[in-house]
Amino acid sequence: MIAVENIHKAFGANRVLRGVSFAVEAGEVVCLLGPSGSGKSTVLRCLNGLERADSGRVRVAGREMSDASLSAIRRSVSMVFQRFNLFPHRTVLQNVVEGPIHVLREDRTEAEARGRDLLARVGMADRADDYPARLSGGQQQRVGIARALAMRPDAILFDEPTSALDPERVGEVLQIMRSLAEEGMTLIVVTHEIAFAREVADRAIFMDGGTVVEQGAARAMLTDPQEDRTRLFLDRVLRPL
Amino acid sequence: MAEFLTDSAIFLPVLLRGLYTTILLTLCALVVSVLLGLVWATMARSRFIGLRAATAAIINVVRGIPIIVQLFCVYFVLPEIGINLYPFAAGVIGLGLAYSVYQAENFRAGFEAVDPALLEAAQSLGMDDRLVMRRVVLPLGIRIALPPFGNTAVMLLKDSSIASTITIAELTRAGQLLAISTFKNGTVYVLIALLYLAASLPLAAAVRLLERRMASR
Ligand SMILES: Nc1ncnc2c1ncn2[C@@H]1O[C@H](COP(=O)(O)OP(=O)(O)OP(=O)(O)O)[C@@H](O)[C@H]1O
Ligand SMILES: [Mg+2]
Repeated sequence: MIAVENIHKAFGANRVLRGVSFAVEAGEVVCLLGPSGSGKSTVLRCLNGLERADSGRVRVAGREMSDASLSAIRRSVSMVFQRFNLFPHRTVLQNVVEGPIHVLREDRTEAEARGRDLLARVGMADRADDYPARLSGGQQQRVGIARALAMRPDAILFDEPTSALDPERVGEVLQIMRSLAEEGMTLIVVTHEIAFAREVADRAIFMDGGTVVEQGAARAMLTDPQEDRTRLFLDRVLRPL
Repeated sequence: MAEFLTDSAIFLPVLLRGLYTTILLTLCALVVSVLLGLVWATMARSRFIGLRAATAAIINVVRGIPIIVQLFCVYFVLPEIGINLYPFAAGVIGLGLAYSVYQAENFRAGFEAVDPALLEAAQSLGMDDRLVMRRVVLPLGIRIALPPFGNTAVMLLKDSSIASTITIAELTRAGQLLAISTFKNGTVYVLIALLYLAASLPLAAAVRLLERRMASR
């Protein structure tokens, strides 16, 4: 479904990715973990072309990443952002149907009917006509997920989807992600929620300094990591004091 | 004071006809300047360097020439190459062109102030540059550009008085003719000043109303 082979990326003199490789099968849930600045967001952004790797290969849904394949790749993977990034000038429902109507050129009535179904599934049906500014962070993120689903993606990329939320709102978003995982959706999730990664993810990838330090079955790796750096990171995240 | 009032009663009908022309001229030039300004601001964001350079050149040239000279160019020079215009049309084109660069600057600043994270959200939905522009940058950028747009509109209203120099019978010219024929310079120019004020305050208020309506969602 997704294959990343030895990608490098530098911003000026800052070498952010130094040979990252991994693969994700259809239906897999993969969590990307690592300290701040390790390059997790950059990897994720390379998968839908928001960043382009300087070298190496990125294959998504059977397509090699290139100028020509960019728009097709973006239509086949959706992204959910840390800060939600909902369009402030459009209502909740308009946010959800924006892609289907204007990019996929779906019929408006059908797109809106499906949009309302998706909003119902994330528990936001009653807020369809509100503007995003009137919603809490958790509610905005649930709309963000509905907007991602509306594109009928083959995979969804999440970049720290719960990091900007109040602690008591984190669960409602993780719950929805778990149900997506159970339905067999391919998910790639950058997160600091170790418990979520351990319970929901099939595999975990630990990055540091722009390289993959360790990857493996999520439960085993996050319970008993093989690498010292992974162990140190998990200790610090799980016992911050 | 009594004389001022009786004179005013005689002058006002003439001046009000001038004011009508001023308002018409301002609104038409405003439309031209907004459309041209949007074109310049959009071209300035083009991925093609040639288009960006051309836009910068146009803006620098137009901004570097006094408005009165631009009006003369449109009114006197164009006929020499076979393009004859009514004074009013020349005024609309000249003022519209002159002001298009200020509008472009307002819009450019507005477009640039749109949160880049929203552009990424739109790109992630598979939108191409044109769609991102139309669905996200334009609607949000124009909202941000509204307050400076209000200023520009009021300035255009006042600068429309320059069109008096190409024989358009707008408020200033109507007043000048009246002053020359009646020798009541004081009365006439006080009335003109009051009428410009009476037109600019509602214009500014209208833009503020538009701002508030757009901000409320
Ligand atoms: N557009 C950019 N221009 C310049 N430097 C960048 C850019 N994007 C990221 N970087 C740098 O790349 C490095 C890795 O950033 P990245 O966002 O991928 O890390 P991360 O693992 O997601 O960290 P965090 O947990 O803080 O989100 C950082 O040093 C960052 O400053
Ligand atoms: Mg990040």
